[in-house]
Amino acid sequence: MTSDAADPAQAAGVAPAAAPGFLAGLLQRYGTTIEYILIPGAALVGALATFGLFVALFGKNPLDLYFYMYQGAFGTWFSWQNTLTRAAPLILTALCTALPAQLGMVIIGGEGALLIGALSATSVALVMPWAPPLVVQAAMVCAGVIGGGLWITLSGALRQYRGVNETISSLLLVYIGLAVLNHLVEGLMRDPASLNKPSTREIGAANMIGSIPGTDVHWGLVFGLVAALASYILIYHTVFGFSARVAGGNIRAAKIVGLGVNKLILTICFLAGGAAGIAGMIEVAAVQGRTNANLAAGYGFTGILVAFLARHNPLGIIPVAILLGGISASGGLLQRRLGLPDASVLVLQGIIFVFVLASDALYGRISFLKGKS
Amino acid sequence: MEFGRISRRHLLQGGAALTLGSAFGAGGARAADTTIGFIYVGSRDDYGYNQAHAQGAAALKKIAGLKVVEEEKVPETDAVEKTIESMINLDGASLLFPTSFGYYNPHMIKMAKKFPKLRFEHCGGLWSDTDPKNAGSYFGYIDEAQYISGIVAGYTSKSGKIGFVAAKPIPQVLRNINAFALGAKLANPKTTTQVIFTGDWSMPVKEAEATNSLIDQGVDVLTCHVDGPKTMVENAARRGAMVCGYHVNQSPLAPKAYLTGAEWNWEALYPKFVKMIAAGEAIPNFYRGGLKEGVVKTSPYGEAVSAEARKHADEIKAKFLSTEGYSIFKGGLMNNKGKTVIAAGTDRGQKDPELEKMDYLVKGVLGATS
Repeated sequence: MTSDAADPAQAAGVAPAAAPGFLAGLLQRYGTTIEYILIPGAALVGALATFGLFVALFGKNPLDLYFYMYQGAFGTWFSWQNTLTRAAPLILTALCTALPAQLGMVIIGGEGALLIGALSATSVALVMPWAPPLVVQAAMVCAGVIGGGLWITLSGALRQYRGVNETISSLLLVYIGLAVLNHLVEGLMRDPASLNKPSTREIGAANMIGSIPGTDVHWGLVFGLVAALASYILIYHTVFGFSARVAGGNIRAAKIVGLGVNKLILTICFLAGGAAGIAGMIEVAAVQGRTNANLAAGYGFTGILVAFLARHNPLGIIPVAILLGGISASGGLLQRRLGLPDASVLVLQGIIFVFVLASDALYGRISFLKGKS
Repeated sequence: MEFGRISRRHLLQGGAALTLGSAFGAGGARAADTTIGFIYVGSRDDYGYNQAHAQGAAALKKIAGLKVVEEEKVPETDAVEKTIESMINLDGASLLFPTSFGYYNPHMIKMAKKFPKLRFEHCGGLWSDTDPKNAGSYFGYIDEAQYISGIVAGYTSKSGKIGFVAAKPIPQVLRNINAFALGAKLANPKTTTQVIFTGDWSMPVKEAEATNSLIDQGVDVLTCHVDGPKTMVENAARRGAMVCGYHVNQSPLAPKAYLTGAEWNWEALYPKFVKMIAAGEAIPNFYRGGLKEGVVKTSPYGEAVSAEARKHADEIKAKFLSTEGYSIFKGGLMNNKGKTVIAAGTDRGQKDPELEKMDYLVKGVLGATS
């Protein structure tokens, strides 16, 4: 805050000066931004180095490891598509954690919203077999948003009106969501033909949303990018977003200045759940074509990791989701070429998480970034 | 220096990509240079479903000229499509075994259409005429082996109460429970089989709870149909109960308590498939077999199995292996609600499609399908 206030004068006075002064001005102006890139970047490098050591302990060459990780994640056009396909649902589920975080809430139930979103979207598609595909698809998006949105709103409402911790309630709602899904898929909504894999009926090939032309990446990526961008604008460039951040900073102050905190919380929870709900809808409309237990693939849980790594910045979520998508895309190659167990990818994710969380302590403590001139 | 290594690898991969297609395309006279991809939904050392397939893969690794690549814990989402493509693009795989049931539709079908020159073999037996011709599905009548286990269990149980820890009340599982219970009743008509459904394929905590609760109710022989029988086998053995295994031989986990078990015999089937391809024979798109065809087998008897049990079990096994065969499900068969499900005089042989829709538990089984 204080450095921001000093900015205009400093920038006007120092900018045209000699190189050292210019650098100082640059640091002063962009120090925080540089910090936001440099610290997670260093944490990532540290995590990769540690993982390399871990792999070396198993007698594998860490350089091979880095090469295969690069090749599997970004080395070829196929690898890129693999990475982006995996990143798409993560962007959306990460928003489910990142948006409520603006209000100081820790929501970790994106998986539940994804499942309920998928179930709602499938139900809508199945009751309107007569409608043209575009109408069905639009209805599926709406149903996904509403289903997932209401699911997380439930956590928000429990917190605001009943004093229930939203972290616990959202997590427990994941298991309830999965139970509801299994109950319906194995009962009321079961396709009698799905003998050994209980599933709903298929939504029909015509209603599938398919891939982005020229690629194998489904449209979920575009939904994710748009949702992330819209969330960024909402949080940082609207009165609503400003109110949310004020309430997140100090809820009593927000109440004193007359902000409708309840409404803010419920709205944000709805949007957050809606994002995860779209992820579920996409899984149905672009991948599975129906609802069954396969949808509980853990995207909601990986999304939590993505949100925390991105420090809950909606735009930061995009590169982090691509990074984690890449790690998971390269996981197969690590298994096949280096003979590492599947769990090694989880170990890497864990190491990254620990490094990034630990690096939080560094913010504001790196003296040269403070721009003292 | 580092760059040299990379480019050399690229060269090798390029070479692998070039040999792709020629391996099977040209009459299949040569099995050399063939890469086979195996994909598992769980870990390949789970003492269960995935390990059974991994043992099949291990049998292929011993054959000269074959290269096997494996990937475990691949979810039944588009991740499996990407794994298949990655095995094809980066490893040059030309024969793929996506082994989990949920990989089939839409994922494997989609990949089979995308790579029409490559061969896809799926475990689960779902192939129908509308599916691509380069895709196939195989499965085994493992209820025959369960029937043998049931006989052994029926003789061994002192309380006459047998326990079955099961995942979901779907036809494949119900058929195993019923075959096991009928086998047990053949040995001792008074035997009851208590079943507990855990609700999913891999629920170790619930499986342990079910095992304990069954033993608390007086059950002294247990078996299961879940992805990893390890939990049930170890817990039951610790409590002093006897066990029959499933998927693979679990006797190393409980040498004293292990009676016998129903095992897959993929280590025989997979090399057979590869030999058929190499000889230019077509693998039937829909492939099934039981004990006689060597697709399933029973574990060697444990020391606790009595001579009487061995004799009876061996007799029935010989019937399964004989040319006239043996039917487990024949009339009049009643379900556990007192309704006749197979009328007297009707003999449902193994290949009867009616058995694939099984939705009941036979008389003598305690439990409900819903």
